[in-house]
Amino acid sequence: MGNVPTTVKHCLSYEQVIQDYPWLRRWLLEEKTITGHEYPEFVKIVEVGPRDGLQNEKEIVPTRVKIQLIDMLSGTGLPVIEATSFVSSKWVPQMADHTDVLRGIQRAPHVQYPVLTPNMQGFQDAVAAGATEVAVFGSASESFSKKNINCSIDESMLRFEEVINAAKERQIPVRGYVSCVVGCPHEGHIEPSKVAEVAKRLYEMGCYEVSLGDTIGVGTPGSMFKMLQSVMKEVPTSALAVHCHDTYGQALPNILTALQMGVCVVDSAVAGLGGCPYAQGSSGNVSTEDVLYMLHGMGIETGVNLAKVIEAGDFICRALCCKTNSRVAQASSRTL
Amino acid sequence: MATVMRFVNRSTLNLAMGQQHLAFHSAAKAGLRAGQALPEKVKIVEVGPRDGLQNEKTIVPTETKIHLIDMLSDSGLKAIEATSFVSPKWVPQMADQLEVMKGIRRKPGVSYPVLTPNLKGFQAALKAGASEVAIFGAASELFSKKNINCSVDESLQRFDEVMKAAKEAGVPVRGYVSCVLGCPYEGEVAPEKVAHVAKRLYSMGCYEISLGDTIGVGNPGSMSEMLQAVSREVPVSALAVHCHDTYGQALANILVALQMGISVVDSSIAGLGGCPYAQGASGNVATEDVVYMLHGLGIQTGVDLSKLMDAGAFICRTINRKTNSKVAQATCKL
Repeated sequence: MGNVPTTVKHCLSYEQVIQDYPWLRRWLLEEKTITGHEYPEFVKIVEVGPRDGLQNEKEIVPTRVKIQLIDMLSGTGLPVIEATSFVSSKWVPQMADHTDVLRGIQRAPHVQYPVLTPNMQGFQDAVAAGATEVAVFGSASESFSKKNINCSIDESMLRFEEVINAAKERQIPVRGYVSCVVGCPHEGHIEPSKVAEVAKRLYEMGCYEVSLGDTIGVGTPGSMFKMLQSVMKEVPTSALAVHCHDTYGQALPNILTALQMGVCVVDSAVAGLGGCPYAQGSSGNVSTEDVLYMLHGMGIETGVNLAKVIEAGDFICRALCCKTNSRVAQASSRTL
Repeated sequence: MATVMRFVNRSTLNLAMGQQHLAFHSAAKAGLRAGQALPEKVKIVEVGPRDGLQNEKTIVPTETKIHLIDMLSDSGLKAIEATSFVSPKWVPQMADQLEVMKGIRRKPGVSYPVLTPNLKGFQAALKAGASEVAIFGAASELFSKKNINCSVDESLQRFDEVMKAAKEAGVPVRGYVSCVLGCPYEGEVAPEKVAHVAKRLYSMGCYEISLGDTIGVGNPGSMSEMLQAVSREVPVSALAVHCHDTYGQALANILVALQMGISVVDSSIAGLGGCPYAQGASGNVATEDVVYMLHGLGIQTGVDLSKLMDAGAFICRTINRKTNSKVAQATCKL
């Protein structure tokens, strides 16, 4: 358009603005307001039941049950379903059938099936098995990192860099996880600045999204707010997700706080699968059904059919002979 | 297009600094809202011994009730709903109302409200030494008819008598409104109806109105809408929320209520009291979980969480029931 100044060009064409500043689209989405709070119009749910959930169940789940669960979830409208983990079966026997699961599921169009890949070996196996998205996980706590994956945070970042670079070459998107963001079972309090530092590293290395995990569920809206405030100084809000545990019943208010701060990606597990390995018998993951109930009640779109998720939850609980952790599922099955 | 213009103009300075700065700006703004002024102090109204035990299947022995209330008194709670002066024909779990009132050790500075559905109940309560009473209306006509066999207006007229007698005796009265976010018979309940009933109870002389999500169907959206309507008619300082956790929404709903200025929250030790409308489902929100959240927010309650958990452990052991409190479940197993 010759010498026409950029702002005039933008005044004349919305498409031109979006073309020149693609990140503007997110901010121009109409924000939903509920009494002074702005909420996202749409929240992406990342379903972690088949991996994070089943990994923390005591019983080893047969491969065909895992496949059936994932296939049922694929029919609910969930946009992302974490399918399995390419960790050594020596460490995580529940995920030993990773290749069979990934090969056996019926992939629905428009659904992503990320898999965990803690190192190059895992990444290569995942690619060989047909993975199209992978995930790496760091910790905001040194002690947790050492006890969980036997190395410091820095060492783990070097490992992930390898994976992320290899993934970049194959144009495979990588999701980053940070655990212990508001508390550690070994260290206790975790500094928000440390969480921000780890999140920033993962983001700058190339993770398209960073999921902040309250691994032991000790967070409350207060600590959640402080942590997110710190992380949001280093990583764009649109690239953040929250992964809340319901061990102390705080998951939904924590998620609500995150939404109020502009986060629009939430991790959850169907039927609240996956107990807390640090408080035996307690709940772990927040249940997808309860999250959906809250979001839909607030008029926030997710694209997910709650009734179908409840069905998938019923299926897996029957298969595992366990009770659902979802209050919505409990209430729905018994309403007079 | 206008939005784009406003946005582009506002952010011309930021454009040069790129996406991250813009994210920070928006985050700071949103963060302020998320962290906006919460009350410094919240009063917890413990309804376990009444609302909780009333909805439990087992009939609890009188000495257990008394011991529970005494333990709760020691935990720092400032209001403990002790019993209900309803006819034992309707509510057999509360038949020992007199013995409970006479048996508990009343801590100075703690109030022990009792439910009084009519003048007869009020007189019996007064005789038993009650120094605070509670009355209740419904925001749903059908619920009122099915629950107490009369319309909402008729029920409020009955309470007029109680209010007059209470005024004469200098006894404060707390008002409850049930079905504020949904009714098991009518479904949706209009916020204006809730506001109407709350206003009536308040103008009749209730010092506080507790808004109850009786079937726990509420969510942060419907909670905000309802509170907006009610706070136009009744001062926020006179409002309380009584959330049920049947669909797991209680703490999120309470958080939203706090953000709107509510500073009184009803809850039940160990989440006692199931939901009579969804058999096997949970009902009252657990006091331990509420206190955990409030303390995590830096809000003072005056409650000692570990003493509270002792009381919860006691009642669950005694009535042979698992706690509904996640905090209690997590803490006892570390």
